[in-house]
Amino acid sequence: MSRISHSDVEVGTQIPEQTFPVRRLDLVRYAGASGDFNPIHWNERFAKSVGLPNVIAHGMFTMAEAGRVVTDWTGDPGSVVDYSVRFSAPVVVPDDDEGAEITVAGKVKAKHEDGTVTVLLTARSGGAKVLAKASAIVRLPQ
Amino acid sequence: MAINPDYLGREYPAPEAYEVTRGKIREFAEAINDLNPAYLDKASAKALGYADVIAPPTFPVILGMAGSALALADPDLGVDFSRVVHGDQSFRYSRPLRAGDVLSTVTRITDIKVLGGNELITMETVAEAADGEHVVTAGMMLVVRGS
Repeated sequence: MSRISHSDVEVGTQIPEQTFPVRRLDLVRYAGASGDFNPIHWNERFAKSVGLPNVIAHGMFTMAEAGRVVTDWTGDPGSVVDYSVRFSAPVVVPDDDEGAEITVAGKVKAKHEDGTVTVLLTARSGGAKVLAKASAIVRLPQ
Repeated sequence: MAINPDYLGREYPAPEAYEVTRGKIREFAEAINDLNPAYLDKASAKALGYADVIAPPTFPVILGMAGSALALADPDLGVDFSRVVHGDQSFRYSRPLRAGDVLSTVTRITDIKVLGGNELITMETVAEAADGEHVVTAGMMLVVRGS
């Protein structure tokens, strides 16, 4: 896997956009792996009973996909020193074979003298901005 | 039901340390559909300078969820879990988690407030290695939606 270095990037460097599928099966699998069995993520009857439009993806599933754009770009997932997001809208996942999609892009917002850079991320699904204030600080080799 | 403000600052140490295993890292990586070799293959992780496979950046949510569950299970805290959605999440790393880590964690309630008919509760989970080294701090804010 190729790795980028601190000198390769500038403020404004774009991070390649990626689109990720989210199906009901992904949510069931994620529930099991993460231990988050909140029924809003797999039970349509329950989700609607608490006022949601349908089953919604775990925010943490979306955060994981968005983070992957950064770690694929750096080539070293251990390069992440800080990663934070706000969940601004739910990813609604219909009960069909296609499910939903999450599209993530990013760009370098700041370059720091300690060898790190700050990346700002955007994530959209079904026309909605599903993450806000999403940013990662990654340490890059010199 | 309202969140009890007396719980601000309360701490919940995990009853036992969390052991990070290769199998659990693989399960989590597969669940997020991210088969990065650093998560799955020791030789690839070593090539990046790690002693063993490392965990994806959002893996420690497992520790945060377990910690928040300890708090939310307390009926006197007053959180209606059926109305909870995740508001925000952060991770601050000293280093990545790796297979073989045995992490002790403490979760603390750092903020409780009411905003626009919703209640917000913020918790922070600090994970340390067996030798006391700080590994990661995970912060989560949960929104208890008003009915």
